[in-house]
Amino acid sequence: MTDLTKMKIAEARDLMKAGELSSRELTEAHIAAVDAADSLNAYIVKTPEIALANADAADKKIKAGNQKGMTGIPVGIKDLFATKGVHTQACSHILDGFKPEYESTVTQNLWNDGAVMLGKLNMDEFAMGSSNETSYYGPVKNPWRATGSNNDFVPGGSSGGSVASVSGYAAMGATASDTGGSIRQPASFTGTFGMKPTYGRCSRYGMVAFASSLDQAGTITRDVRDGAIMLEAMAGFDPKDSTSVDIAVPNFEAALTGDIRGMKIGIPQEYHLAGMPGEIEALWHQGIEWMKAAGAEVVDINLPHTKYALPAYYIIAPAEASSNLARYDGVKYGLRDAPNGGNLDDMYYTTRASGFGDEVKRRIMIGTYVLSAGYYDAYYLKAQKVRQLIADDFKRAFEKVDAILTPTAPSAAFAFGEKSDDPLAMYLNDVFTVPASLAGLPGSSVPAGLSADGLPLGLQVLANAWDEETVLKISGVIEQAAAFSATPSEWWR
Amino acid sequence: MSNIDRATVAKIARLARIKIEDDKLEPLAGELNNIIGWVEQLSEVNTDNIEPMASVVDAKLRWRDDKVTDGNKAESVLKNAPNAEYGFFAVPKVIE
Repeated sequence: MTDLTKMKIAEARDLMKAGELSSRELTEAHIAAVDAADSLNAYIVKTPEIALANADAADKKIKAGNQKGMTGIPVGIKDLFATKGVHTQACSHILDGFKPEYESTVTQNLWNDGAVMLGKLNMDEFAMGSSNETSYYGPVKNPWRATGSNNDFVPGGSSGGSVASVSGYAAMGATASDTGGSIRQPASFTGTFGMKPTYGRCSRYGMVAFASSLDQAGTITRDVRDGAIMLEAMAGFDPKDSTSVDIAVPNFEAALTGDIRGMKIGIPQEYHLAGMPGEIEALWHQGIEWMKAAGAEVVDINLPHTKYALPAYYIIAPAEASSNLARYDGVKYGLRDAPNGGNLDDMYYTTRASGFGDEVKRRIMIGTYVLSAGYYDAYYLKAQKVRQLIADDFKRAFEKVDAILTPTAPSAAFAFGEKSDDPLAMYLNDVFTVPASLAGLPGSSVPAGLSADGLPLGLQVLANAWDEETVLKISGVIEQAAAFSATPSEWWR
Repeated sequence: MSNIDRATVAKIARLARIKIEDDKLEPLAGELNNIIGWVEQLSEVNTDNIEPMASVVDAKLRWRDDKVTDGNKAESVLKNAPNAEYGFFAVPKVIE
């Protein structure tokens, strides 16, 4: 019998439509796969009862002729998304015991479609991290190992549980979120397809806030088509999010025509970093050749303010985080740590000291500093102006090209502890993903090759705002050309 | 150049309402100086006459009718409180 956990969403959908597969069978196989993947630490909460109830409801829906794209499909949910009555803590200690009384719009959209919830997925605390090492629930292991090695690697972050569950065959797809690269970088590290839509495409309602002007929900799937199907189900205007934009959601799957003849693909010269590994340059070059072979025109472009994107991001994101995370005060929800005989202020101090991890504290401190009297103009306002220049760079570029092709990350997955003591080295992981986040643009990471050590590497595709279809179309062409068929060795099963 | 010393870290920690042990102030000052020193490269960029960008979507927020559309959920709101009494959040005594 075929292993149902290796099936793609599109295949399962078609088999269920034909009556040859039930969501119940598919879900039972995945519940077993979730248990078998315990050593990855991708799931922090499993919800098999909910999954089976969802599956039975989906099977009824399909029988009644009401099947939609995600009906009956078992997925994992990043712990960032509020799920009613189910653990939602953004993998922070400070949200201890929090079970929301409401559902995030993105997950509600999935459930309305008939999707099946397998559980909540591990992540960097409050999505602050690029290696999933900052989670209160411990790090996630990358299902991939280097050729001939038994050493563990990080899965990337912050959506580490999302990518590990999908590449580890413990979910057909997973929700994820991207503030500076948290969908694309981990997708690159795990040979999965990561899709971050335009800012405003998916509602932020019920998504635990990190940096609200940047946070955007997206998908992790095993291929481009699955990403298109899942994103379409999640996306859409929501009056409950003031930055949700009222634009119709296209049929994303229909964009996968494979035809990019005559399209103009920009290659930003500033992304040739000094000291970047040769294999990353080589992969990028290979991607350029694939574009040409598919009939696209490749053009060199300039994004002159690229080098300032990371420093601007590391002012703006912590500033917004320090403001957003002020809500965790030990009063309304989650952890309260009040010293005996202490007053209200003492409660704030100790609750926040014991509830937040080191990286979160560091970012709150930076954010508080750059927003404080005397520094606001020099840091925060300056960063916002640089953000405008970065957005203008892209705007000019998209007057000339339809899409931009770059590597996703400057390296393959790295070992645990390799960068966790050096915040700046960790931040540099996001060097290629942050600029598009600042500009709110849609982008993907497509598995495109392997490093010399046998670890996956991704290529990033960016397009203009609201043009996810171009991102998906080009991603599909890369996927075809790369014919990426490598798989991890399943040591965890 | 940024110069975040112990006293500055203590001040930021107070503003952020995070208790930091005395022996952690110095190492934290070092880390924050590293990061702030690195972001200071932004000062190279000429941003004269550039408007600060707060959001990538339209700055003009949607309007809606001034009508109550939600509410009457006191029980739900209090459900996750570490301590709730008589329909209120309960906190340590504020007034002596």
